[in-house]
Parts: sequence; structure tokens; C-alpha cells
Amino acid sequence: MRILLVEDDAEVARFVRKGLAEAGHNVEHAANGRDGLFLAASEPFDILVLDRMLPGGVDGVRLVETLRAQGNRTPVLFLSALSAVDERVKGLKAGGDDYLVKPFAFAELLARVEVLARRPTQEAPATRLRIADLEMDLLARSVTRAGKRIEIQPREFRLLEHLLRHAGQVVTRTMLLEKVWDYHFDPQTNVIDVHVSRLRQKIDKGFDKPLIHTVRNAGYMIRAEA
Amino acid sequence: MLRFLRSAGFRFALLFAGIFIGAAALFALVLWYATAGSLDRQTDASVRTDALGLIERWREAGPGAVAEAIADRLASDVEGTAIYLLLDSNGVRLAGNLDRWPAEASPDAPWSFGTVQREGNLIDARLHVLELGERYRLLVGRDVGEKQALRTLLAEGIAWAAVAASFVALVGAAVLRRAVEQRLRPAALTAQAIAAGDLSRRVPVSHRADEFDRLGESMNDMLDRIDRLMAGVRGVSDSIAHDLRTPIARARAKLEEALDGQAAPEALRAAMEQGIADLDHITRVFGALLRIAEAEAGARRAAFAPLDLVPLLAEVAEFYGAVAESGGQAIAIELPARLDVVGDRDLLAQAVGNLLDNALKFTPPGGRVRIAARAPARDRIDLVVEDTGPGLPAADRARAGERFFRADASRGTPGSGLGLSLVRAVAHLHGGDLLLEDAAPGAAQPGLRATIRLGIA
Repeated sequence: MRILLVEDDAEVARFVRKGLAEAGHNVEHAANGRDGLFLAASEPFDILVLDRMLPGGVDGVRLVETLRAQGNRTPVLFLSALSAVDERVKGLKAGGDDYLVKPFAFAELLARVEVLARRPTQEAPATRLRIADLEMDLLARSVTRAGKRIEIQPREFRLLEHLLRHAGQVVTRTMLLEKVWDYHFDPQTNVIDVHVSRLRQKIDKGFDKPLIHTVRNAGYMIRAEA
Repeated sequence: MLRFLRSAGFRFALLFAGIFIGAAALFALVLWYATAGSLDRQTDASVRTDALGLIERWREAGPGAVAEAIADRLASDVEGTAIYLLLDSNGVRLAGNLDRWPAEASPDAPWSFGTVQREGNLIDARLHVLELGERYRLLVGRDVGEKQALRTLLAEGIAWAAVAASFVALVGAAVLRRAVEQRLRPAALTAQAIAAGDLSRRVPVSHRADEFDRLGESMNDMLDRIDRLMAGVRGVSDSIAHDLRTPIARARAKLEEALDGQAAPEALRAAMEQGIADLDHITRVFGALLRIAEAEAGARRAAFAPLDLVPLLAEVAEFYGAVAESGGQAIAIELPARLDVVGDRDLLAQAVGNLLDNALKFTPPGGRVRIAARAPARDRIDLVVEDTGPGLPAADRARAGERFFRADASRGTPGSGLGLSLVRAVAHLHGGDLLLEDAAPGAAQPGLRATIRLGIA
């Protein structure tokens, strides 16, 4: 993937660049908003990773507003030291797609970048999600594995749906908290792990090949065993 | 001097003096018009009538008749104010009481004032010149000496009145200026003291409930708000100073220790991982502190929206329910059909979540946690989270909302000591409070009942 990183802090930029490159992505870097806007407007990128506050008169929010006004729909992930909820709302309102507060674990950033850049296209809404022998019917709200029906609660259904929509991608605990529960706070305990393990009990127990995998220091991923 | 001129008090005083002097001038003008002006107009009217009568005579019977009429009129003039002079074409006097034609009276300006000589005496007079034809000239006039004297008196009176009025205007202006200054002085002094750093000062408010009091009250409200914000900032910086140092010091010590010795690569790696975990913990504490400060400062009120508490509570209960299940505890939910409030969904969910998290931590396996909500009064909603744990001694209960306070009994359990601080801040933000009490007073395991009391204004 071709990624544009606009970040003024040299150390953070180096760290993010190196990490994304190691994950196999092609990263362009701009150190201020003006250069970032120029690059974003003149070359195609799969995703923009923007610092919220940038020197040079064009900050992250302005940059996105300008791009969106030009009809550029490239997904945008904000990085910001501003954690207040209004700041997040401001960033998303301007046209950002996701918001990550500094300091962050690189795994969190990578997971969000990959999920954003490979967002499912909205043109054909799927009615069925499938992986290996697990099948989810979004209309009938039913889940079957190897033809056997699995009883599942509404919230577990949404959790599984989110994992399936991003099958093969790492989904972090914070992402699940935000996307499945729409909570933007620290739940203090490992509540997400408990919910995932409960889902695992229903989906994977009694089958030889587990589908839900824990990715160390990152989160979870649903995939068919190779 | 310049400062004095720029003062609002001075400008108000100037305005007052201006209005006062303007009113006095208008008063004097009307008075003048009604008295002196009226006298002048009366004189002119009588001269005009006199002259018309004489012209009539001229037309009817010629110079002789006019001369006769003049003689008659002079004879019957008791007050002795009438002035007449009739000259023929050669300038010879035919009738009248003037010795000679006055220089001021010319046919070019028919009306004039002048000094004339009548029977040897010089007098002030109003004069009217008429051309009768055949180069005969007639002068009709009135002695205005007495009226002039009256006029002078009146003018003097007005002048004195003007002096008096100016004096009153100046004194009044000074008094007004002083009054404005006196009334504003407490507010100004308070503002100065606050600017100098003493935030505890407030503007004294009288019981007159006037504009100045309203201004003072607004200032005080503003100051209270600033005070609360400052207290929030102070609280956060105190907490950072006291309580972030410890984990930072611990993480630093561990990293340094790992670097120091001849540690194996695996041990070094483990130490670094631990260092990152410590930093993440610090970040979480920091995030919690910022969140509390945000709630305490009231900045989040902008994000308030109407919401139904019932699904919110059910969702939070379900969210933590998974934890209860894995810990062998039960969560009982008692909710009404609907509870409408205006608030911040995320903060309310977090507050109830913190209470549930606490309850689950302190309730032994097999125990029960109850979450309930009800509206005991029209303007009040109680959100209750109750457990069957060891409860909290009364002394600890009072301190439980303080940042980083942890009861001795809880030292062994994970947690930052910020959970209840946040709950309390969220309750305050929603116009309410956090109440802690024994769930089952007297029992061996009294349990804790935490009530978020929300005020719905």
C-alpha cells in the first residue's frame, strides 16, 4: 500500500515509517502541512496518516477539509496528542475516518491503517460473511459452523461480524471497544478479552481448527488456518 | 489629567452637565421670548396701528388733517411715550413733538431704534418712517426707555441664573462622577486584587439589585467558574507531581537495572517489555486524570444530549456481565421502562462501568452485584450499584472520591485509585453527587452501595 505520513516530529515519523515499511508498505513522508497537502493532492495514496497539529499554517484538520473539498476521498487516520473528545469529534467532522491518540503502540497504528485502507466497498452490501466452514447470515441473524447452528447473543453477533468483515486483519481491543460497543473510555479490566473468549467458546470449541486467533501485543484476528 | 478625562465617570458627568446647561438655556430662551420679545412686539403693534390711522387721515384729507390728528394724539397721550414728527417736502416741521429729524430714521430702513431729542430731552425710542407722498415724511415712534430698563433687568437676571445653573451643573457633575466611581470602586478593587493573583476575592454585592449588582454578580459567577477550573488544573498537577512520579521512577529503575548488569539477552528483552508496559500504565493513568479534569472543568457540557438511561445501563451491565460470569458472580438488573436525562453518554457509561468494575473486583465468587435505577423525585435520578463484598469503612468512604486514594484492603487488587474520582466528577458534571454507604448495614460483609444521584434541571 502507498501511505502518506504527515508528521512534524522527526523521531515519531522515523519510527512510524520504519514500522510501516517493515510491514511491506510504501511510505512517503512530509514534515509540514503545506508539503503534505501538495503531495496528497498531486499523487494517489491508499491512506493518509496525519498529525493533527502541524507547522506551516496548514494543520491536519485544514488539510483534510481542503482535500475533501476537492473531492479527494482517500481514507484519513489522525494521530494526535489532543485526547479530548471534542478534538476527536472535530477531526472526524472535518473528514477524518479514524483518530488515534498519542502515545500509541505501533501495532495499534498498523492495525488501524490496514483496516482503513482495505475498507469494504459499500457498493454491494454483503448479506453473508464466510470464512472456512463458518458462515454468518446477516439477514437471518444466524451463525452456522460446519452446517451446525450456533446460538449467539446480539452483541456477540456484532463482535463476530466485525471480526469477519476484517478477516485476515488484526483488530485491536480498542478498535473493538470503539466499533462494537461505541465506547471511548478505558474499561479498566480486560473486558474485551472476556467477551472474545466467550465468543471463542461458541465458535471454536469442539472444532479442530480454531478461527479466532490472538495476535500477541496487538489484538485478535479471524482467519482460516493455512 | 488625561486619565481623568478618559474616565467613564467624567464622561457621564460631562453628559449630565451638558444636558443640564442645555435645559437651562432652553428655559432662558423661552422666558426671554415670552417677556422681552413680547414687550417689543407690543410696541411695534401700537406704532403700526398709529401709523395706519395717520395714513388713513392723509388719504382722506391731506397734510392739514394729519397735523391735526397728531396734535390730538399728543394731547391725549397721558403716559408721554408717543413720538411724532411730520415734515413737508421742504423739510419744514408741520406737527410733532421732536425738535428735528433723527439721523437713524431713513426711508430705506422703515423700522429702527434710535436716540431722539424730544422737547430738549434725549430719549431711547422705537422709530417707524413713512413716506406719505408729495415728499411729505412722517415719523411715528414710542419712548422705550422704561422697557429698555426692564429688558436690562431681565437680561441681568438670566445671566445670574446662567451662572447659578453652570455652578449647579458642575457640582452635579462632580457628585455624579464621584457616585459612579464609588459604586464601581469595589468591583475595580476586586478585579485588581484578582489580577494581582488573589483569586479568593469577590465583588461585594449590595441588596439594591441594580445594574451594578447584576454586573457584580456576573463577575462573581465568572470568578467561581475560573476558581473551579483552576482547582481542577491544580488537582491534576498535584496528582501528576505526586503519583505519576512513582510509576515513572519504578519503570526507570527497572530499565536502568537491566542495562547495568550482565543480563542475558532474554532478560534484557523482558525488562524492555516491562518498561513499555509500565509506560502504557502511566499513559492510562494520565488519560484518566485528563478525563477527570475534563469532566470537572465542565468542558464536556457542550457534548450533552438527551438520552434514555435504561438502554445505556443495560448495555454497560451486559458489557461487564461477561466479566462477572467468568468470575462466578451474578449481576442483577432492576430498571424502569424509561429514564430520560440530558447528559454525556460516554462519561455516564464510563462512570457506571467504573462502579461495576469496582463492585466485581471486591465481590467474592458466588457473590451478587445489583445495578438499579429509579427516579424517586421529578428532578432526581438515582443510579445504584451494590455489591456483597467487604464494603468500605466509614473513614475510607469519605476519602474514596479523592484522586489516587486506595483503601488498605484494596492495595492487593489492580487499579489506579482514580475510578471513583471519575465517577464523582461525572456526577458533579450532571448536577449531582456520588453517595457511598453500606449495602447491608450490620452484616459481616456489609457490601458497598454506590449511588450516582443525578439532578435533572
